Amino acid sequence: MSASAIQALRDYAWMLLPGFGMTVAVGLASMALAIVLGLIGATGKLAHSFIARASATTYTTVIRGEPELILLYLVFYGGGNVLQKIAGLFGYTGYIEVNPFVAGVVTIGFAYGAYATEVFRGAILAVPKGQLEAAKACGMNRWLMLRRILMPQVWRFAIPGLGNVWLVLIKATAVTSAIGIEELTRKAHLASGATHQAFLFFLLTALLYLVLTAVSNVAFHRAEKHANRGVRRA
Amino acid sequence: MDFDLIAKSLPDMLKGVAITLELLVLSLIIGACLCAVVVPLRLSRHRILWMPTYAYIFFFRGTPLLIQLYLIYYGLGQFHDFWESIGLWFIFKDGFWPAIITFSLNTAAYTSEILRGAILGLPHGEIEAAKACGMSRLLLLRRIILPKTARLVLPAYSNEVIQMMLSTSLASLVTIYDLMGVTKQFFNRTYAVYTLYPTAGFMYLLMMLGLTWLFRSIEFRLSAHLRDRPSAAAATGEPLPALTPTLR
Repeated sequence: MSASAIQALRDYAWMLLPGFGMTVAVGLASMALAIVLGLIGATGKLAHSFIARASATTYTTVIRGEPELILLYLVFYGGGNVLQKIAGLFGYTGYIEVNPFVAGVVTIGFAYGAYATEVFRGAILAVPKGQLEAAKACGMNRWLMLRRILMPQVWRFAIPGLGNVWLVLIKATAVTSAIGIEELTRKAHLASGATHQAFLFFLLTALLYLVLTAVSNVAFHRAEKHANRGVRRA
Repeated sequence: MDFDLIAKSLPDMLKGVAITLELLVLSLIIGACLCAVVVPLRLSRHRILWMPTYAYIFFFRGTPLLIQLYLIYYGLGQFHDFWESIGLWFIFKDGFWPAIITFSLNTAAYTSEILRGAILGLPHGEIEAAKACGMSRLLLLRRIILPKTARLVLPAYSNEVIQMMLSTSLASLVTIYDLMGVTKQFFNRTYAVYTLYPTAGFMYLLMMLGLTWLFRSIEFRLSAHLRDRPSAAAATGEPLPALTPTLR
């Protein structure tokens, strides 16, 4: 490694750390939104109502055919106007600008909510029907049944799938650099522009993403073990 | 929605679609060729062979495609003098070849894992039986392993192809005027968010549906032996129930 490369690392490598934090923040916020949308979507897909099923299916199908960049630009450049119209209905006339962080989280969350929908749908279907019938026979109302019988098991079945969604999602957050969120990819871009050491900084960034992936793997393995603590293994 | 703008931008957008498909097809072909090398290496018993291959797969599956693209376009492009000296500078002059290289390496990493899973999942008895029949390794590969894996991997591979098609939009960030790039260019000129992005989004959706249909019909053709045979009703001239591709 040349002296200039070492100098560049010494001067700019610290820049990547706040970027790393921002990537984690965008990832976690998007994942939370994706889980909420996934639960709603799965409920829709399994509902009796035709409209609910049709809209959930449209959601997952359309998202499967859209690049994240399109959704990102649509939300970032188009979201403000829509919000302004809505705010106008309530008598607010000021100018609304969409914050890049919010736009990024909404986009990634919305996109991966579709994948989470499929995960939750599978998990809900994996809960044995007899248990729900038994709960009903015990006189549980729908809410209690959901809370005591269905949801604890849905989490157990959904964790491996959600782990996969998370791993893809955290990598997808890289595109949010395109609207100027100061996350890892953007920071790497800035550092490499300033130092002309693009190879070095992008390689370093790639390694940071690998660390994130490795740590997530461990975390999900633990979560899986925790969720399966009451299940005897064959 | 501004229909005049759609009409005006449509020819350029269709050119963008052509570039998108070009990126996709080239990457898939090169990626498939890479797979032919990577999968045997990954399945090898020698540590010197499978460990570097595993590292390659781990790297390309564990990092964002955008970072890989930047690493190759900006990162390798940084060594201008070196490429110039061996006469390969033209590769890094614009984003096209770096994009192709990145997408090929990326799809090869994902696809070889799909293939590895399928090959390991083949019933052991079938391969033993073929060996017992005296098939050579090549014949075994051609007659038993490849046809079986092809059917097994097709659903997963079709997902990979669709993901790749959507991922080609990242090429717009390294100066390529694919569908995404053209759309962004029109957007920068007109600022018509609600017209341009939904139009481009609709085109991507159509491409996704087209690819889904294509793979479903290939799957249908490859699974002829798994369907019920046309019944005797055919002989008596009664109308047969249509044999339509179904999702399993």
